[in-house]
Amino acid sequence: MRTLLIDDSRAVRAFIRPILRELNFEVIEAGNGQEGLDRLREFPDTALILVDWNMPVMDGLEFVCAVRADQNFDAVRIVMVTTETESEQMNRAMMAGANEYVMKPFTRDVLVAKLSLLDVFGA
Amino acid sequence: MTARDYSCVVTLLLDRSSIVLEAGKEYLVEARLWPLARRHGLASVSEFIQRLRAPGSGGLIEEMVEAMVTTETSFFRDIHPFKTLLDTVLPELIAARRNDRCLAIWCAASSSGQEPYTIALILREYFPELADWKITFQSTDLSHDMLRRCRAGNYSQLEVNRGLPVALLMKYFRQEGARWQIRDDVREMIDFQPINLAEPWPAMQPFDLIFLRNVMIYFDVETKKSILAQISRILRPDGYLILGGAETTFYLDVSYKRVESLKGGYYRLAAK
Ligand SMILES: C[S@@+](CC[C@H](N)C(=O)[O-])C[C@H]1O[C@@H](n2cnc3c(N)ncnc32)[C@H](O)[C@@H]1O
Repeated sequence: MRTLLIDDSRAVRAFIRPILRELNFEVIEAGNGQEGLDRLREFPDTALILVDWNMPVMDGLEFVCAVRADQNFDAVRIVMVTTETESEQMNRAMMAGANEYVMKPFTRDVLVAKLSLLDVFGA
Repeated sequence: MTARDYSCVVTLLLDRSSIVLEAGKEYLVEARLWPLARRHGLASVSEFIQRLRAPGSGGLIEEMVEAMVTTETSFFRDIHPFKTLLDTVLPELIAARRNDRCLAIWCAASSSGQEPYTIALILREYFPELADWKITFQSTDLSHDMLRRCRAGNYSQLEVNRGLPVALLMKYFRQEGARWQIRDDVREMIDFQPINLAEPWPAMQPFDLIFLRNVMIYFDVETKKSILAQISRILRPDGYLILGGAETTFYLDVSYKRVESLKGGYYRLAAK
C-alpha cells in the first residue's frame, strides 16, 4: 500500500518515514499541500495520506479540501498530523474530510495506534 | 541497594499483591521507589526499604506496592477486543438480554481508566438502545492513585492522542488547556472501587462481561488459578471473560474455553 507523507519539516518526515515502512507502506513525500496534490495525481492509487497543517504555498486544510473536492480520491484516508491542538481546529479538519487526527508532539506508539484504528474501525 | 533490600521488596510485593518480581530487577525498584523515597525526605531507596521493615509501616508498604505496579494502558488498547465487542459480543448480549434489559460489566484492573472508558464510550456511541437499560458497570484496581485518576476522567494530550478516535475525543471530552476532561454522563456510568485481586473479594453479583486484561501476567500461578476459579463463579454462562494478549486460561483452569472465532482474547465457561 502506498502512503503520501506531506510535511515541510524534513525532521518530521525522517521521523515518520521509517515507522510507515515498518508497517509495510511504500512512502512518497511532499513538502507542502501543492506538491502533495501533484504527487497524488501522479500516484492516484495512494491509500493513505499523512498531512501537516501549517506549511508554505498550500496548507494542510486547503489540501484536505482540494482532495475531498475530487471524487477520484474518495477512498483515500487522510490523517492530519499537526501542532494545532485546539478542538475547534480539529473540528474544522474533520469537517473538511480528514479521517483521523494526530497531535504533535507524538510518539511512535501514537501513530501506530491511530493507523490501526483506521485499519480496524474504518472510521 | 543490598540483596537483602531487594528481597524484602520482592517478599512484600508477593505477599500484598501476588505480584512476582523476578531476580535482576533492581533497576526497576530503584526507578519506581526513588520518587517515593524523596517524597518522604529520605536520601536513598535503601533508606526507604529500611523503613518498610520497621514495625507499623503498613501505610508505607501500601505506597510501595502502588509505586511498583505497572500501570501502562491506553484507550482501545490492542483494538481487536473492542472491535469484537462492538461488532459481535454486545449485539449478541443485547439480543439475549432484551427481556431483562440488564447488563453487568466488570473491568478488574482499571489502571488510569482508559480501558473502562473505552467500553463506556462504545456503549454510549454505538448502542443508544441501551439508554433505558440497567447497566451495572464496576471498575476496580488495587491502586488508590489510579482510582483517583479514573474518577477524575482527566487526560493529557499524549494520553488521548494514543488510541482514541478523534471523533470520540471531540464528542465526549471537553478541552481544558492541554488536558481533556471526559463528560460527566460517561464518568457517571462507571462505579470505581478498590479491589485487590490477590486478597479475598467482596460478594459480587453475576457479570456478563469481565475484563481482566494485562494484570494476570504479573501474578504467580496459584493466584492466577484462584482468580480464575472465583471468576468462574460470577461469570454468567453466556458471558465472556476477556484477557490480555499475553494471557490465557490454558494449563490454569479447564472450566474455560477460548472462543476461537472472536479476535481479542475472549473466553467462555465450558458447558458442564
Ligand atoms: C498494566 S495495567 C493494565 C490496565 C488495563 N487493564 C489494560 O489492559 O490496559 C495493570 C493494573 O493492574 C493493577 N494491579 C496490579 N496488581 C493488582 C492486584 N493484586 N489487584 C488489583 N489490581 C492490581 C495495577 O494497579 C495496574 O493498574
